[in-house]
Amino acid sequence: MAIIVDENTRLIVQGITGHQGQYHTGAMKEFGTKVVGGVTPGKGGQEVVGVPVFDTMREAVGETDANTSIIYVPARFLKDAAFEAIDSGVKTVVIITEHVPVQDEMEILMFAQRKGVRVIGPNCPGVASPGKAKVGIMPNAIFMEGSTGVVSRSGTLTYEIVNSLTEAGIGQSTAVGIGGDPVIGTTFIDALRMFEDDPQTERIVMVGEIGGTAEEEAAEFIKEQMTKPVYSYIAGRTAPPGKRMGHAGAIIARGRGTAESKIKALESAGVKVARVPVEIAELIKADL
Amino acid sequence: MKLFEYMAKEIFRRHGLPVPDGYTIESADDIKEVKHPVVVKSQVLIGGRGKAGGIKFAETLDEARKAAAALLGSEVRGYKVKHILIEDKLDIKDEFYISVVMDRSTRMPLLMASADGGVEIESVPEERIFKRTIDPTIGYNPYIGRELTKFMGLTGDVAKQVSFIAGKMYEIFRTEDAELVEINPLVLTAEGKVMAADAKMTVNDDSLFRHAEYKGRDEELTPIERKARERGIAFVQLDGDIGVIANGAGLTMATLDSLSLYGGRAGVFLDLGGTDSPEMVRSAFELMVEAKPAVIFLNIFGGITKSDTVAVGLREAISSMDVGVPIVARIKGVNEDKAIDILSSIGITAVSSLAEAAEIAVKRRNEVRGGD
Repeated sequence: MAIIVDENTRLIVQGITGHQGQYHTGAMKEFGTKVVGGVTPGKGGQEVVGVPVFDTMREAVGETDANTSIIYVPARFLKDAAFEAIDSGVKTVVIITEHVPVQDEMEILMFAQRKGVRVIGPNCPGVASPGKAKVGIMPNAIFMEGSTGVVSRSGTLTYEIVNSLTEAGIGQSTAVGIGGDPVIGTTFIDALRMFEDDPQTERIVMVGEIGGTAEEEAAEFIKEQMTKPVYSYIAGRTAPPGKRMGHAGAIIARGRGTAESKIKALESAGVKVARVPVEIAELIKADL
Repeated sequence: MKLFEYMAKEIFRRHGLPVPDGYTIESADDIKEVKHPVVVKSQVLIGGRGKAGGIKFAETLDEARKAAAALLGSEVRGYKVKHILIEDKLDIKDEFYISVVMDRSTRMPLLMASADGGVEIESVPEERIFKRTIDPTIGYNPYIGRELTKFMGLTGDVAKQVSFIAGKMYEIFRTEDAELVEINPLVLTAEGKVMAADAKMTVNDDSLFRHAEYKGRDEELTPIERKARERGIAFVQLDGDIGVIANGAGLTMATLDSLSLYGGRAGVFLDLGGTDSPEMVRSAFELMVEAKPAVIFLNIFGGITKSDTVAVGLREAISSMDVGVPIVARIKGVNEDKAIDILSSIGITAVSSLAEAAEIAVKRRNEVRGGD
């Protein structure tokens, strides 16, 4: 099982001829992902690491029967590329691109909702289901197949935590990076719901950070609807208010979005919260 | 990017949203005549100006110049006043509140309004605030204005004007790529006109590539922050003395949390984000040295930013400058072996565990500065 991506994923890479697109197409193939095509307008007919390149998404999906796309194009072209993906017939679109204008994100998500397409991101590291497929930019070497689901707002912090789980012998069903922007396609609650329904997943690690109220909303959901245990780490316990901590969404504004508020909400929902990333593996091990 | 009041009002005026007549000055001599009583408003990017003495009133040319001279160059709540907005003083009959903000939960614009204006909106009871999510596929429509003004208890011509302004707020929010458009207070004058006495706007930083009009008009940054922004590096000054360079916002925050567990505090953090350019790393490192931390803590988990890219950038930086402080490095992820080799060739021993590296960084800091 696993969630969002698995052995049935047939992937198109949008922006495949770019530097990042090429590198990560290779890495995703090594992970075992079925990369069936790529799209770069004007470069149709070429091949990148053995993958055929098409001019348009519609053509690519028609030729390859793809069901998923990953987008690496620069922010100023992202809206067009995302609309094209959503309109092409794929069911899942993973947007890696960072610095996407927030109103573009809003329009993309509205269109996706109407077309019944799941969007992950933007500004995210993608999704990996060890032993099955990876649609993203996470380093291959950190993963190990298992029964722990990981969902995180961060990129590299996800690697940090997945790596520490693997080092502790705790494998993962799927790791989902949902992205650090205020407006994102798949939320904590969406991912938690999917993990709750996934037979392979036995417990979930939720990695949050300061800013917004997504963790508080997730805590409410966990309390009411989750039966599987959830572990968490909230980054930014020591962050001062009013400073944007790198992510557009990571800011304590008008007294909202503090780590204390999130930790309190999660703990009252029965979630065990770690103080530093490495503690998560210790908390899980103590329960095994 | 936060806009100064005068910049937001220029935009309001362009969209036909009523604002008082006024102009901006940089020197008291720029005031040529005062026909009506005026408000002399310091332009700073922080709320509570009035209480902090940043707003003065004048009835004559002499008074206006004196007020402007007193404000220019002064500090209002820690912000230096460089511009002043001179505006006709309004004869205020009532004060309202209205705003449009990007709502993270619904992922749509949220229109808020209240009959209780002129005070901090956080202090207004929830049940006195009108809140309505606007679906961008249909946008603002007149019925929303009718609901809003009914909620506020407004009727007749005033209701019409407030509805019109609500529509304009939404239009500005959408067309100007705003994250926030706020008027507090929205004033009803004794003559029965509704206009924006104040104006707050935040434009989404990620949209600036399509808004050339803001180039060079950005908010007040320290020289080092400005350099960082020009180079596309997230640079934040904090109150400790350990300089943190990491890649990714979440990892950077986790680094600060880990330092604090061992009693250390970051003074500056610098997020490389996703980069594959050693040149960018080199210039980030130079910025860090300029910020004069007690120790530099580099924490890289290679992904889109490959570990060896960072190591090469660091090597270039070190060969061209005198760093003068200890460097503690933690390297993990894509191409970590290459990176560890490069770093050891310049005398830096990298460790692979974040907790261990954080502990070492705090120890080095205490050796340099002394401490508990």
